[in-house]
Amino acid sequence: MLIIGEKLSIIAKRVREAMLKKDKGPIQEIATRQWKEGSGMIDANIGPAEDGGEDLMQWMVTTIQEVVPLPVCLDTTNFSAVEAGLKVHNNQWGRPLINSTSNDPERFPMMEIAAKYNAQIIGLTVGKGGLPADAEERAGIAAEIMGRAMEFGIPLEDLYLDPLVLQVATSQDHALHVVKAIKMFQEMNDPAMKTVVGLSNISNGCPKTLRPILNKYYFVMLMDAGLSSAIADAHEMAEAMQEKKIIDDVLSGKTISDAAKMTEIKKTMDIFMNKTLYAHSYLEM
Amino acid sequence: MAFVEPKESFAGKVYQLTIGSDKTAVFGGENALPFLTVDGNYPNKPVIAYEIQDVPPTDWPDTVRKAYENVSGDPVTWAKYCQNELNAQAIALRLVGTHPDRENRSAEDAAKTVKEVLAAINVPLIILGSNNAEKDSVVLVAAAEAAKDKNCVIGKAQEANYKTIAAAAMANNHKLIAMSELDINLSKQLNILITQMGFDKERLVTDPMCSALGYGLEYTYSVMERIRLAALTQNDATMQPPILADVGMYVWKVKETQAAEADVPAWGNVEQRGITWEVVTAGSLMVSGAELLIMRHPEAVKAVQKFIDELN
Repeated sequence: MLIIGEKLSIIAKRVREAMLKKDKGPIQEIATRQWKEGSGMIDANIGPAEDGGEDLMQWMVTTIQEVVPLPVCLDTTNFSAVEAGLKVHNNQWGRPLINSTSNDPERFPMMEIAAKYNAQIIGLTVGKGGLPADAEERAGIAAEIMGRAMEFGIPLEDLYLDPLVLQVATSQDHALHVVKAIKMFQEMNDPAMKTVVGLSNISNGCPKTLRPILNKYYFVMLMDAGLSSAIADAHEMAEAMQEKKIIDDVLSGKTISDAAKMTEIKKTMDIFMNKTLYAHSYLEM
Repeated sequence: MAFVEPKESFAGKVYQLTIGSDKTAVFGGENALPFLTVDGNYPNKPVIAYEIQDVPPTDWPDTVRKAYENVSGDPVTWAKYCQNELNAQAIALRLVGTHPDRENRSAEDAAKTVKEVLAAINVPLIILGSNNAEKDSVVLVAAAEAAKDKNCVIGKAQEANYKTIAAAAMANNHKLIAMSELDINLSKQLNILITQMGFDKERLVTDPMCSALGYGLEYTYSVMERIRLAALTQNDATMQPPILADVGMYVWKVKETQAAEADVPAWGNVEQRGITWEVVTAGSLMVSGAELLIMRHPEAVKAVQKFIDELN
């Protein structure tokens, strides 16, 4: 399981300020922590970065790799920022990953860049027509992205399929669609296609105390489905891997000694499996 | 081989609510999807309440205002007219005049109106605020006290003000409408929060927020349908209170119920059009799960009542 450390995002206030001021301290501190806690790659999300994206991405890549011997996941919709980042990326610590292309023709230039720089790339299974309705639609889009990647000369081993995790608080039925899509994606090639999710979106909009619970248990469900990587918080995912055995035990119907934990796992899994309707207070019911 | 009618049975059941203290009205109680009487028990028909206001309906379009021309100047006369002449099963008194942007009537004035209306009628009363969360939390508390033990429905409790309103409804033995804004998960959450205060879930009415035909009706339809399915298929107790469709106030503000025939000849007669708009909106929401409806035009109520009688 490859964890792509997620905390370096322009959405976070502290990170945004550091990016604006080109203050390496917070960036390197967060990257180092994600590395120490088990990340195998660091996500650098600079947003759309329409102005000065090239400089910003280069600064992010070099700032991270100055202190952390890991490859970087270049996360932006700005093609030239991605290309600029790839130029300075230190491949001695692993190959970079582009986040992302999709089945929207406007995003195809990302594939051209991936091929040119021999980078890996995430294929988000959405098209021009909005969000996919179910697992089958995601698989259909995945097939088209795979075909397109081959046309651009990207080996399928370098393509990570991303089924697009949606918020459980508003799109509950998609939690299971995504699990199913992860299984279907792997069947689409031999060796199995690699898969990735932006994990914490599952708990976006949920109360703060619930977020790690939803993230961790959903991660275990996806791991059981064969997920190969996740953009996630390494600390939370390390906890999830420690708890995996008891979660799997509960899922297979066994009783565990910690009754409160067992209830928490069961109630949360019932939410993901669409057996109970989600509400922020579901654990209290 | 003989045809066997496919039947679906469900684990859950909608709570049955009885409102009113003299003449009562009962709704809910079914364990099947709306009007699918072959699948389960459907002990009660949906109930329609006539909407009246504490102040003259100057903001209602002419077509529907005309129906109450000589009575709507005062809420007591209006209420009596609905009960005695229109045979209303229930009356919904909207205290819209308490809104700070309207007449800004005080909570005491509102309480007085509630008392007077209650004294004049014997059918159940639904007491609605002006949908100003802050003002409602004062007005509805006073109204709930003024109507103590009359087994009214008080509403609407929303995320911003549910605590005071639910406490007042509880202390004065009323039922309570819990309204959230077109989101099934938030609707469930509000019902949970209210019941966590000690309010009996079997005294709740869920209002997932109404909308008129052409103005998001399909969203309300879908949320109501999913609430009902959660109640029946998942046996989710938080989603088992009956559902309210507050139809009239949404229908009679859209342009289709107001534009004169002279301006849009292709749309036809404005009165008939408005009535049809209210009928279609109410009918659709009943089919998706609403058990309590609040409506305005007497002709629309008649048509929907006929619809209910024929489908049962």
